[in-house]
Amino acid sequence: MIDLGEYAAEVISAYAVSLVLLALLVWVSWRRAGRVRRALEQIEGPRADG
Amino acid sequence: MSALLIRDLRLALRAGGGFGLGLVFFLIVVVLVPFGVGPEAALLTAIAPGILWVAALLAALLSLDRMFALDLEDGSLPLLATAPLPLEGVALVKALAHWITTGLPLALAAPVLGFLLNLTPAAYPWLLASLVLGTPALSLIGGFGAALTLGIRRGGLLMSLLVLPLYVPTLIFGAEAVRRGAAGMDASTPLILLAGITLGSVALLPFATAAAIRINLR
Amino acid sequence: MSIWEYANPKKFIATTTPVLPWVFAAAGLFLIGGLIWGFFFTPEDYRQGSTVKIIYLHVPSAMMAINAWAMMLVTSLIWLVRRHHVSALAARAAAPVGVVMTLIALATGAIWGQPMWGTWWVWDPRLTSFLILFLFYLGYIALWEAIEDPDTAADLTSVLCIVGSVFAVLSRYAVNFWNQGLHQGASLSLDAEENVADVFWYPLLACMAGFVLLFVALVILRTRTEIRARRILALQARAQRDGVQV
Repeated sequence: MIDLGEYAAEVISAYAVSLVLLALLVWVSWRRAGRVRRALEQIEGPRADG
Repeated sequence: MSALLIRDLRLALRAGGGFGLGLVFFLIVVVLVPFGVGPEAALLTAIAPGILWVAALLAALLSLDRMFALDLEDGSLPLLATAPLPLEGVALVKALAHWITTGLPLALAAPVLGFLLNLTPAAYPWLLASLVLGTPALSLIGGFGAALTLGIRRGGLLMSLLVLPLYVPTLIFGAEAVRRGAAGMDASTPLILLAGITLGSVALLPFATAAAIRINLR
Repeated sequence: MSIWEYANPKKFIATTTPVLPWVFAAAGLFLIGGLIWGFFFTPEDYRQGSTVKIIYLHVPSAMMAINAWAMMLVTSLIWLVRRHHVSALAARAAAPVGVVMTLIALATGAIWGQPMWGTWWVWDPRLTSFLILFLFYLGYIALWEAIEDPDTAADLTSVLCIVGSVFAVLSRYAVNFWNQGLHQGASLSLDAEENVADVFWYPLLACMAGFVLLFVALVILRTRTEIRARRILALQARAQRDGVQV
């Protein structure tokens, strides 16, 4: 790890917060997408549109 | 148009119409503040303009959900929508009625409450002027919020959440006018900007409000 | 071949299915690549020290926070005028992404400013404007959630988005006016184009590209979800009407 000097805590926390929020967003979006797709498949049958 | 106005005024002023409610709420909030921040006179003087504006703004919110909800409940809203008066005019008149029964009384009551918060004497005319100029905008913006949440059961809280951020520019210029007046500085710039917001609201918001009502009446 | 063909929900899903993985891949490439480049391979600023590295998150997220709302405004207008459901659903899909972008902009902005200001939050005009934008996003999402009929919800949230946009711009000026008495020129968001040296600029560009691509990927993904969810509701409603179990 490079030397971040006296502001290491700030930089690390900024990156941590941002990356965690992005990861959460992607994960939640992905999970919901899968759930809804499967629910639709149950009703309609396997998707013909790919 | 005037018939609608008189009808709404009468409705608001009769018992249970919520007329005094806003004023009492205004008083209560202003009384609560020293309990919250401490009775130190200098502090209260410093924050008085902002507190008075925020309290007035919150009190104006109280009677907003009545603006259209009552008419929706008793079925007169669809009639109003198809009446010769354009829905935009209805929205304007309703906001005017709200202002006369809520905003204007709040503006007139504010100088009295200013005493409680040790408001600088020089600020009083600016307090009155800013509230008289700004509260119409609050009624118009609030009317838009009321129209949006018209069909939602217990939509009052959501309406407040939608309306309060829209109040920010009005609040900024209104409170700033009072603060500058208190400091003896020229407060005309924020006042003019405040008037601009009110005029803009009068010109544009009735269209958005009417659109929201139409959507909800479908 | 008009762009309006993609307004058809089925076609939208069919078209985006092969494209989506590539958009995500590109987003990951630019985002991770740009962040690594900026974090490890750029120097410190002589005034701000290593905190300048926060720029690679703060500027792109702030940019996307605003652009997401702008996209919602455009798609809301398209919905109101042309009644393409995909447009309305895309606006709904974009809002949570915009919220997260705004949150990241706020958090990184506040953290970046902490060494300079000594407190974890300041009512700096830029930060305050983003805080107001955050509230607008919340209201928009709340309105979608509160209304049952999808078309009514689409209409009302579109009107809210339009009125909100006007007030967002108005608030920006009001907040600048409100805060003009305090420190001038210490705005946390560097006007990136002006005096950011090349060595910072290129990794920043990469990060901005990454954020844009991530936004596009997420909006596509979420719009597909909204389209399918809407279809489920429609099928359930129809089944209820016909007295069949779905």
